[in-house]
Amino acid sequence: MSTVSLAADKATGPVSTGPAVSLWRSIPIGAWLGVLPFIAFALLFLIVPTLFLVSSAFVDRDGNLTLQNIIDLGTDQVVNAFSISIRISAASAFFGALIGLAMALAIIRGRLPSAIRSTVMTFSGVASNFAGLPLAFAFIATLGRLGLVTVILRTVFGFDIYKSGFNLLSFVGLTLTYLYFQIPLMILIIAPAIDGLKKEWSEAAATLGASRWQFWLYIGFPVLWPNLLGTLSLLFANAFGAIATAYALTGSSLNIVPILLYAQIRGDVLHNPGLGAALALGMIVITACANVLYIVVRTRAERWLK
Amino acid sequence: MIARRFWAWVVFGLGAAYFLLPLLATFIFSMQMRRDRLTFDAYLSVFADERFQSTFTYSLLCAVFAIIVGIIIVLPAAYFVRLRLQWLRPVMEFITLLPLIVPPIILVFGHIKLFNSSSILPLTNSTFGTDVLIVCGYVTLALPYMYRAIDTGLRTIDVQTLTEAATILGADPIRTMVQVIFPNIFVAVLSGAFLTFAIVIGEFVLASLLNRPAFGVYMQNVGANRAYEPSALAIISFALTWGAMGVIQLLDRFAPRTARQA
Repeated sequence: MSTVSLAADKATGPVSTGPAVSLWRSIPIGAWLGVLPFIAFALLFLIVPTLFLVSSAFVDRDGNLTLQNIIDLGTDQVVNAFSISIRISAASAFFGALIGLAMALAIIRGRLPSAIRSTVMTFSGVASNFAGLPLAFAFIATLGRLGLVTVILRTVFGFDIYKSGFNLLSFVGLTLTYLYFQIPLMILIIAPAIDGLKKEWSEAAATLGASRWQFWLYIGFPVLWPNLLGTLSLLFANAFGAIATAYALTGSSLNIVPILLYAQIRGDVLHNPGLGAALALGMIVITACANVLYIVVRTRAERWLK
Repeated sequence: MIARRFWAWVVFGLGAAYFLLPLLATFIFSMQMRRDRLTFDAYLSVFADERFQSTFTYSLLCAVFAIIVGIIIVLPAAYFVRLRLQWLRPVMEFITLLPLIVPPIILVFGHIKLFNSSSILPLTNSTFGTDVLIVCGYVTLALPYMYRAIDTGLRTIDVQTLTEAATILGADPIRTMVQVIFPNIFVAVLSGAFLTFAIVIGEFVLASLLNRPAFGVYMQNVGANRAYEPSALAIISFALTWGAMGVIQLLDRFAPRTARQA
């Protein structure tokens, strides 16, 4: 609650506004009626379906309790999918964070014209929302086998990226594509933190004889560190749950968890409904861990950036 | 100092190349449908496609309903939590964070399992029921953004005083919400609405798994079967996203001035 309304609350507290009004104020039935639809909706369409799904991971075909589905997650196909998913998410989060940080530093502390900063921020808002199928189409048109850049590199420069081992429908290609929404997201989240590095700090450091590297090593980086770690986990979760881009790009040729789960929901490719639920449970555990890390670290980070 | 600016330009230039090249390439690619010259034929072919019109209309309607339902459930909740039930705030924050933790594919998997034909509430039995389910799914996906937009709007106005004033003048809580609070945070609600629109319009996973004829499913179909139309669709989608985000930015610029005077 903001201090403004707190003050207003105190100020208007003693004023009597008639019996009907004070009754409404003392028993917050009206307030509860207002919150009720929200709670009911969240229970019905968010919490209960998720819990129901997760709990069905512990039930076998005949309705008995079992841990077999969880154990079955250890099969090669599933382990493989999780491993590829985690590697792609980690790689796109890491490089997204690194490049996003470099770009944010460049536009905020690199003394570029201020118009560039607002343009980059606006563009980041758009690009971080430009995911899914259209993003895949754009990269196919650019770096696919017949993509414009591929063709130009081959015909003009005589360099065939596909002959030298590049493939858009692979680990590297998917990571490169994911960076298109990961970098802007990083810029959007880290920019306020970089703004929070006060000018006085670098002046004080300079007065004490610190070089720019020493400033970053002992002041800038330690202050930004919690934010970096937090954003990293957010980017990881962001990539881990994404499916539309990967699906449009690779069809079902790349075995990542969301695509495996998609195939499982459509046609029970794992031949065990319970295993599908266990797969979902595994995904939730991983994204939840990443998000919890983000929230914990974020609260820590906010101490410095007020 | 000069070195610093130099490196800043280098980083910015490389970034700009990475982000603009795909857009430029996609745009040129989308105009190469005719062998000898650049034309907009791929766009014409998309716009003329009857399925484009029907699926786009379907997704647009989904977005409109998702926005309306979202406002109806989020606005009263956020308002009363701010006004009277402050201790519920962490619960609200947690609930609205959940859609970011639970990936959409898991959400829809849960929906399919819970509302299938043999359940108590068999929504997937009828077309209408499935439409209701998909709109509710979209409301859920947009919940974090809608809640944050409305809550931010409520923070910029003095909810307490406005409510007191309206109550003294004889307005009941519903009237207070509709005629006093809502107009005051209209700009914030709009930005929540446009974010919802941006999420819903090209959404693929929910629509595909619930078998509804949405724009996202159509795009996937075109992507798998055509050469130039997908790039045209990519450019159209980018323009739509840019439009929605641009409106939000514009609204943000005007929001504080109109709201604080309340």
